[in-house]
Amino acid sequence: MIEFRLNGNSGVSPYQQIVQQVKSALRLGRLRVGDQLPTVKEVVGKVAINPNTVLKAYRELEHEGLVAARPGIGTFVVNSFDETTYAAQRTLRRSLEVWIEKARRAGLDDESIEALFVDTFLFSPKELVR
Amino acid sequence: MTSALSATDLGKRYGRKWALSNCSLDIPEGRVVGLVGPNGAGKTTLLHLAVGLLSPSVGSITVLEQTPASSAEQLGQIGFVAQDTPVYAGLSIAAHLQMGAALNSTWDAQLANRRIHDLGLDPSQRAGRLSGGQRAQLALTLAIAKRPSLLLLDEPVASLDPLARREFLAILMEVVVDHHVSVILSSHLVADLERVCDYLVVLAASRVQVNGDIDELLSTHHRLVGTPRDLDNLPDTVHLIESSSTDRQTTVTVRSVDPIMDPAWSVESLTMEDLVLAYMSQAEEQRRDLVRSKGGEP
Repeated sequence: MIEFRLNGNSGVSPYQQIVQQVKSALRLGRLRVGDQLPTVKEVVGKVAINPNTVLKAYRELEHEGLVAARPGIGTFVVNSFDETTYAAQRTLRRSLEVWIEKARRAGLDDESIEALFVDTFLFSPKELVR
Repeated sequence: MTSALSATDLGKRYGRKWALSNCSLDIPEGRVVGLVGPNGAGKTTLLHLAVGLLSPSVGSITVLEQTPASSAEQLGQIGFVAQDTPVYAGLSIAAHLQMGAALNSTWDAQLANRRIHDLGLDPSQRAGRLSGGQRAQLALTLAIAKRPSLLLLDEPVASLDPLARREFLAILMEVVVDHHVSVILSSHLVADLERVCDYLVVLAASRVQVNGDIDELLSTHHRLVGTPRDLDNLPDTVHLIESSSTDRQTTVTVRSVDPIMDPAWSVESLTMEDLVLAYMSQAEEQRRDLVRSKGGEP
């Protein structure tokens, strides 16, 4: 089961933060098809937000075909992004960790590391070279 | 749809001073309503009128479609937690629950006991020895255990530390999910209410400045940045709330159902805090103008 955390100063509304966190958990394999999302009561009891905010986020995820509500039971993941990449993600994460370690040792601060990553990512070729 | 609270030209006067005036509201049931305004704006007066602790000087108010405090049944539907969450310091928690059971025909003893247990409180402890957060939780428990249809809370988290504040609001939201109760809570701090409310009432200078569904309010209010002369070209459908200008730049907060299409303005969206502050400064501006115009008379 995943847990939501809300950032009050991010400028992103709580409802959008919930949608984004579910999607990111799906992408990273932290949530998989068949998993249950926390109930509305569990979410509001944890992060103190209006129940309608949670319902709105779940409705949007439902509309996108990612989750489905089973009345009286809860909301479940019915669809995900490409699950075949989960295995590759583990080794990719590990090499990224090694890279970050190297960057730190070279004296880059957190913001420089992030900037370097984002910049390289944005200017890398979009199509896979075959 | 029934109204949780409905007021028509409601006013309350103390001597020559109006604590609340021209108050017209129609708040639907099933909402979590934030009643926001500076200290002395009339928030407590409005809540006291709603529970029948005060009676109107002019106008009328109904709560759940009935006159406040008109009958024992009517009072049974209302849970009220007054400012600073008062409890009886000399009585134990258990004695508070006994009193609740004796005074309320709809008392849910199981709910009350379970909540005290979940909060980790010792029923034999005297209420005077509880922390601020625990006292607030006890007061909320008493208000909820009578199983009201409407909960009114006057500055419930004002005196709590950030953690106790978060816990109190989290439990309040669980109550909303479990019991489908309507809630009206007041605060002078927008940040307290921003996450939990879906309906907003801004009170300032004894008047309702704006009220409505928060998503709707945020989608119809905009901040526009342009040059001073652009101000004259705003269409009639755009309602000006607040403006500030330098010789080069004008920033205005407006209410408009239609989107602002004029390319002369750059349009930004507002947060709930921006919205509340815009209406509060509008009220303050009007108050100053009034004082100035009176001062100008011989």
